[in-house]
Amino acid sequence: MAGLVLKGIAKSFGPVEVLRGIDLEVANGEFVVFVGPSGCGKSTLLRVIAGLEEVTSGTILIDGQDVTAERAAERGLAMVFQSYALYPHMSVYRNIAFALENMRLPREEIEARVRRAATMLRLTDYLDRKPGALSGGQRQRVAIGRAVVRDPKIFLFDEPLSNLDAELRVATRKELAGLHAEIGGTMIYVTHDQVEAMTLANRIVVLNKGRIEQVGTPLELYNRPANLFVAGFIGSPRMNLISGRVGPDGHFEMPGGALAQSGPFLPAGLAPGAEITLGIRPEHVLPAGGEAPDAILTVDLVEQLGSESYLYGTLPGGAALTLRSPLEDPARRGESLPVRFERHRLHVFDAAGLALRP
Amino acid sequence: MSRVNTSRALLLLRQARRPGRLGWTDILAYGYLALGVVLMFGPVLWLVLSSLKTPAALLEFPPSFLPLTQKTISVPGHAQPLELHRVRLPDGSVKELAQVRRIGIQATMIDPASPGGPVIRVPIEAREPVREVAFAWSNYTEPLKQFAFGRYFANSLVVTIVATLITLLINSMAAYALAIYEFRGRNAALLMVIGTLMIPITIVLVPVFLVVTQLGLNNSLWAVILPGAATPTGVFLLRQYMLTLPRDLIEAARMDKASEWQIYSRIVMPLTLPALAVLAIFSIMWRWNEFLWPLAVLTKSEVYTLQIGLNAFQGELQTQWHYLLAMTVMTLAPVALVFVFLQRFITTGIANTGMK
Repeated sequence: MAGLVLKGIAKSFGPVEVLRGIDLEVANGEFVVFVGPSGCGKSTLLRVIAGLEEVTSGTILIDGQDVTAERAAERGLAMVFQSYALYPHMSVYRNIAFALENMRLPREEIEARVRRAATMLRLTDYLDRKPGALSGGQRQRVAIGRAVVRDPKIFLFDEPLSNLDAELRVATRKELAGLHAEIGGTMIYVTHDQVEAMTLANRIVVLNKGRIEQVGTPLELYNRPANLFVAGFIGSPRMNLISGRVGPDGHFEMPGGALAQSGPFLPAGLAPGAEITLGIRPEHVLPAGGEAPDAILTVDLVEQLGSESYLYGTLPGGAALTLRSPLEDPARRGESLPVRFERHRLHVFDAAGLALRP
Repeated sequence: MSRVNTSRALLLLRQARRPGRLGWTDILAYGYLALGVVLMFGPVLWLVLSSLKTPAALLEFPPSFLPLTQKTISVPGHAQPLELHRVRLPDGSVKELAQVRRIGIQATMIDPASPGGPVIRVPIEAREPVREVAFAWSNYTEPLKQFAFGRYFANSLVVTIVATLITLLINSMAAYALAIYEFRGRNAALLMVIGTLMIPITIVLVPVFLVVTQLGLNNSLWAVILPGAATPTGVFLLRQYMLTLPRDLIEAARMDKASEWQIYSRIVMPLTLPALAVLAIFSIMWRWNEFLWPLAVLTKSEVYTLQIGLNAFQGELQTQWHYLLAMTVMTLAPVALVFVFLQRFITTGIANTGMK
């Protein structure tokens, strides 16, 4: 177990800059998830930490020691690959024992460690099988076992659940959370699935175009996104973002009309006429009921999930809006629904996309 | 078991584009395949049958397909067996008679059924030799006694096995370096290795001969084994195969603290087995059939390989074709067997690569 410090990590493949100055500290025992859209550099960052890619510039410290120049084998990290990368010609036992044999541990110790890992991951019955004879979930557990058995300083996971079906993914996600609770190692986990990120992480690192957009606990990112990118990326369905400007009376003006009484909830110091974007999550848009509505939503699509429903619709000005309702059948397609925005849940972003706090 | 195989073979032969109906495309396809079989196996069959002919039958024109010899018969009162001929008698009947002697265009015949009977004189154009299929096994047994087949065979075997092992080791290590190990100038090294493909052996024959002579290897089997141990074809073949191995596997091994040697020997080599088998077959065939280079460096008959040994039947003035053909069959057999046993590796890949 160890902490990790990244200082100014940059990585280019020829003229293509993949990582542009990443600074990050990961504490001992922390579960950190890198999340971001495809091509944001999250996998490259993980490979840089692993030592499988060399940095163009920057420093990597593990436990306070500079390991930037060290090769992957010397860093003492373990990695679980997206493809699992099990050695197809070796039995499960030999797959798990391979690293220990390379570390020249005594035979009894290898045996004991492999058995312990196999018991923990419920692989005891499959130790003599080849990877080809295992199901996807079992292969996944072998890949994790291969990492766990080494007792590494840091665990690295590169989208380990992306090849599993939905049900197995949820189950394995829980197992991973349980694993972290049990062995308590420092874990760095890459995924593009924000549900995995929200459920597993102590802290989430949101990456976009080779830069860190925001680092924080899952709820920090959810409740206080630092910018438009994070606001749009975290949360499903995504946050409603409505472009507009500050009206002469200090209230928010959207294309279809002003949002009454919104002035006090906008950050202070916004000049009238300033371009801003208002964000509000679907669960914070409510049917107006008896109160005065903020807008009239024309419902375009209703998604009924049983426990809740999502309404997708359009505001009079043309802006799209999503609303979550706890009702099974809140509205029909084509209906007009008066809605109200929860004022204290409003997010405000300036023209550059940065969050403004009241 | 054999019945099952026969019925399967029949089933295979009855395959058609539309089951149960033989269209013209099927006929064309079978005709093409049959032509291929004749082209491939015709010469081999001809060789095997010819190797069983007597020298006289070999020189016969027009040549016969099967090894035929003049049928002879022992007749009481004659010490030597007599040649049997089918004779058309003046009365128009045809009879098989034994020839006692022949003078000019007159042959003196005798009826083997009545050895004490009258002698019959017939003109030679009225008789036709009776021939039968007879295999001249002596083509095989004689040279195996006189010709040092065993020694040449052992030499060829040593050269082929040792050279193939060294070839596999050196080529796979070079291929690993060029496919997986990362270093500066890797592509330049690859180009140089491939470049040597364009240099034929005849060009380097003399320089290599000089080097081998300087090393004092002349007339030892190492002189045949070592110069051809690293083949650019083999390096290229293995490199291309290794490039198809999933990169994740190599990286997983690196994360697992494996040294380059361990990655090579424990991960890459086992996964490259299909390509190694192909190269082994090639190498065995190359080495077994090699002629020019061994001829240049092996001058003492105790180090001759089979191919050089066979050359001894081919004299300046006459060639003992019957022995040469028989020993050629003996030389071909081991390679053919190797191919029969190893060819399944050519088609067998590793069914599951352990990914996804």
